[in-house]
Amino acid sequence: MDWQYFLEITFSGLTRGSIYALIALGYTMVYGIIELINFAHGEVYMLGAFTSFIVASILGTMGFPVGAILVIAALIAILWCAAYGYTLEKVAYKPLRGESRLAPLISAIGMSIFLQNYVQLAQTSDFIRFPVRIPRFDFLSQFGGIVRSSDFVILVSSSLIMICLTLFIRYTKMGKAMRATAQNRKMAMLLGIDADKIISLTFIIGSGLAAFGGLLIASHTSQVGFSIGFLAGMKAFTAAVLGGIGSIPGAMLGGLVLGLAEGYTTGYFSGDYEDVLAFSLLILILVFRPSGLLGKAKVQKV
Amino acid sequence: MHSENKAEMQNPTSARRKQNGAHSGSQNDGVQPVLSVKSLSKNFGGLRALNDVDMHIMPGEIVALIGPNGAGKTTFFNCVTGIYLPTEGEVWAGRQGEPHKQLNNISPHHITSFGLARTFQNIRLFSSMTVLENVMVGRHCRTKSNVLGAIFRNPASRNEEQETVDRAYALLEEVGLQDLWQESASNLPYGAQRRLEIARALATDPFLLFLDEPAAGMNPQETVELKKLVLRLRDKLGISILLIEHDMGMVMSLSDRIYVMEYGSRIAYGKPEDIRNNPQVIRAYLGESDDA
Amino acid sequence: MFLSAKRLFRSLMVSLWFMCLVFPIMGIKIVKKVAVYSFDSVFYLGIGIFFASLAWAWYFEVYLQGGMEKDGKKSLFAPVGQCWKKITTKIEDTPSAGKYTLLILLVVFSILPFVSSMYQTTIFALAFLYVMLALGLNIVVGIAGQLVLGYAAFYAIGAYTYALLNQYLGFGFWICLPIAGFVTVIAGFVLAFPVLKLRGDYLAIVTLGFGEIVRLLITNFSDFTGGAKGVSNIPRPSFFGMELSPNMNTIYVYYLALFAALITIVVVARLKDSRVGMALQALKDDEIASEAMGIDLRKTKLAAFALGSCWAGFAGVLFAARNSFISPASFTFMDSVMILSMVVLGGMGSITGVALAALILALMPEYLRAFSEYRMLIFGLVMVLMMIFRPQGMIPPSKRKYYPSALFGKKGSGKNDSAQKFSANTIAHGNSLNESTEGEKHA
Repeated sequence: MDWQYFLEITFSGLTRGSIYALIALGYTMVYGIIELINFAHGEVYMLGAFTSFIVASILGTMGFPVGAILVIAALIAILWCAAYGYTLEKVAYKPLRGESRLAPLISAIGMSIFLQNYVQLAQTSDFIRFPVRIPRFDFLSQFGGIVRSSDFVILVSSSLIMICLTLFIRYTKMGKAMRATAQNRKMAMLLGIDADKIISLTFIIGSGLAAFGGLLIASHTSQVGFSIGFLAGMKAFTAAVLGGIGSIPGAMLGGLVLGLAEGYTTGYFSGDYEDVLAFSLLILILVFRPSGLLGKAKVQKV
Repeated sequence: MHSENKAEMQNPTSARRKQNGAHSGSQNDGVQPVLSVKSLSKNFGGLRALNDVDMHIMPGEIVALIGPNGAGKTTFFNCVTGIYLPTEGEVWAGRQGEPHKQLNNISPHHITSFGLARTFQNIRLFSSMTVLENVMVGRHCRTKSNVLGAIFRNPASRNEEQETVDRAYALLEEVGLQDLWQESASNLPYGAQRRLEIARALATDPFLLFLDEPAAGMNPQETVELKKLVLRLRDKLGISILLIEHDMGMVMSLSDRIYVMEYGSRIAYGKPEDIRNNPQVIRAYLGESDDA
Repeated sequence: MFLSAKRLFRSLMVSLWFMCLVFPIMGIKIVKKVAVYSFDSVFYLGIGIFFASLAWAWYFEVYLQGGMEKDGKKSLFAPVGQCWKKITTKIEDTPSAGKYTLLILLVVFSILPFVSSMYQTTIFALAFLYVMLALGLNIVVGIAGQLVLGYAAFYAIGAYTYALLNQYLGFGFWICLPIAGFVTVIAGFVLAFPVLKLRGDYLAIVTLGFGEIVRLLITNFSDFTGGAKGVSNIPRPSFFGMELSPNMNTIYVYYLALFAALITIVVVARLKDSRVGMALQALKDDEIASEAMGIDLRKTKLAAFALGSCWAGFAGVLFAARNSFISPASFTFMDSVMILSMVVLGGMGSITGVALAALILALMPEYLRAFSEYRMLIFGLVMVLMMIFRPQGMIPPSKRKYYPSALFGKKGSGKNDSAQKFSANTIAHGNSLNESTEGEKHA
């Protein structure tokens, strides 16, 4: 067995997986709070990639250094996408709260289609090249090229963000309010938690994370297109379900597992079946273990 | 299994006989209960929601199941009607004079077509349908027409449908909703919705009817009407009835026997008078029981 | 007063917020690494948002609260609102309007090939296929409430059944039509079995995955299916064994599609009003209650999937025959969504509504070229707005009329005594205790 190759695809799988995890967090948080599959979440990620592409292009022509470009692009993309997420919830989901489950879901699908076509019409239907690449780090060469620098940046930054999120959810007042709302919205409201605010906050955080994922993927693959949101969204959703939808550590774990599974399939078999794998995995989990790896099975109240 | 059960039942049956000669006059000692539940238990993860509950219901009996909130009454309903799978225990039921059938592991719709019907604590009507249609759905398990019949509208399926309509309308008359038959079910006031649920359950031709808090949210006038309805169902149709209810006045005046549950276990059972004076029951309710 | 300074200010803020929001995507375009700014489009959008936000606020704060009558004299928008209310109730009160429209359309469509061009004939034939597809999906989504997002997969299976059976075994159109129906029903079962226990949103995702898998498999098994290049030279249907001229054949396919759409309308309408259809509707409203009413969830869901998917199979065969070329690109998620939006726009569960919506949405891009570019954008928006403002759709499902014998006499075919013999029926089932009761015992 070729260990070098094995480690290489392991790391690229982990890289991919950590981006899935970033997006999956948004799905899982929203689902945890309002039990809605936010179909448009993948599009927010795509918007993040596009926004950072635009910012990076402008900054690039102004001659900013690569590191600064990436940081500024990330900040702006996160800010804007958080705003998109917030608006999305206010426009498409909030008026439908309390309706049947079908209505917000259809609204979410509609929003997803809308955002995709909005970007396609306003920007372009072609794939575009991201103007900057993550710089090469010299100290990584001593590992024999197993870890590429973009893998390194993505892994480190996404782990950092996930740690911050975990700390936020666990220890801050807002985080506690979020968990309370997720467990029992009515009770949380009776205790004086503003559920509307918490829901907005969830969308803002989730969208921000997705936007960051969008920037990472854009700089990693250097390909941006209006249609990337659908597939990435589906895969992130798979990750969220795999980990147990509603569970935050589950989403992270699910993302990594899915990324590794895809990495190995592509590395040892064929890249053609990578998407089929993800979709089959999704169906199998939903059918056989809908509570996922870390989720809890729910008893339906009668 | 059955002989055991009977021995255990001897006591309440004879007690009932003394109290209520008219009713049990036609019964002999061989009368089987229509429902016998033997040491039914249900675990939710680590939580034991039902613990070794026994129960039997004789033909034509009105039995109440009471207990504080969270005592496991609705869980008991759900286990018997197949919505939850009980962890342990047995449920046997059957129409009088027919062989009984074990109901564990049988899906809810089979239990319904076997002849057990129920209403729900938090009303579950088909909100997009009219009042009449709601009751018509109840006839589903007693009718047969299939897809081909639907497409070709042959006389058999048309006849069947008209029968279903007529039957549903008759049931609405029975519960006093006939004037609202074209109304959308979701537009009905609360009390009427509860009665509609009963009509819908009756449409399945049950021999045993489970009512989950039928008087909840009703005003006194409606409760009186409901009481009359329940007695009519038993007297006119001979349906045995098990009801969960918090209205003690209704429970005491209506039921032949009462089972009391607390923390998932049966803590007492017997005639209303006995239950009223049972110290354990009074303790369970902390004095809130006796508003009868 | 609705139009207060505060509200105007709020709308202004909303429009500024949106202008800010869309600025990077709409206002900046990178052309050859140089940023091109277009402020005017953002500005126009801002003006649009300003008025949209006023309308939004009016809808939620005045219209929905019933405040229209209250300050009807003061509000500028009151006549608009009353008019709108009148129109919507008018539509709801006259469900036959939709039926008449369909009838008139039928007359128009039956003479259309003789008065219009071949191009239009083919376009309309496609629109009829969409009527079939939308009505088929309407059974699953609209009537039974099972949100299926991979409906195009069944369409693909139907089309490829014909294309491949023809290519490898030389089967003709008329043999393939029933086979494709059968194959898609089987596919419906294959999908339905594992998803029987899934709730609405999970079901949507699984069916989406199913749709994608079918498409990806067709693309990847290129040796057998032709892959992304698709299958070409699929023969047109024969007319009683005769080969027709291309033009005649187009007309022939047109009539076949029209006829198929008609059959679909009749069958789905009858199905909806039957015992089976009622079980499907019950399923949509409340699964637990319908199970407690003796409805077999498994059977009913399987029936919904089977009944819904077969229409896609038929439509797929017709599509392959009409185009004589098919490729996976015709069966993407977007196609599933388009069919779904026909159902949503028309009114879930409504036959006339969905049929009309299918015609409108299928034909509009062809006749409004400007629209075709914005087609999907508008579809998406329509889905959202429909859910918010009119979840029941263009034409809500018509309420069926019933004639209880007790009110209408022994009309039709009901058995004479069924209405009266309420108690007797139950006694026949073995409850014979009532002779032993003597009035109320407690009380």
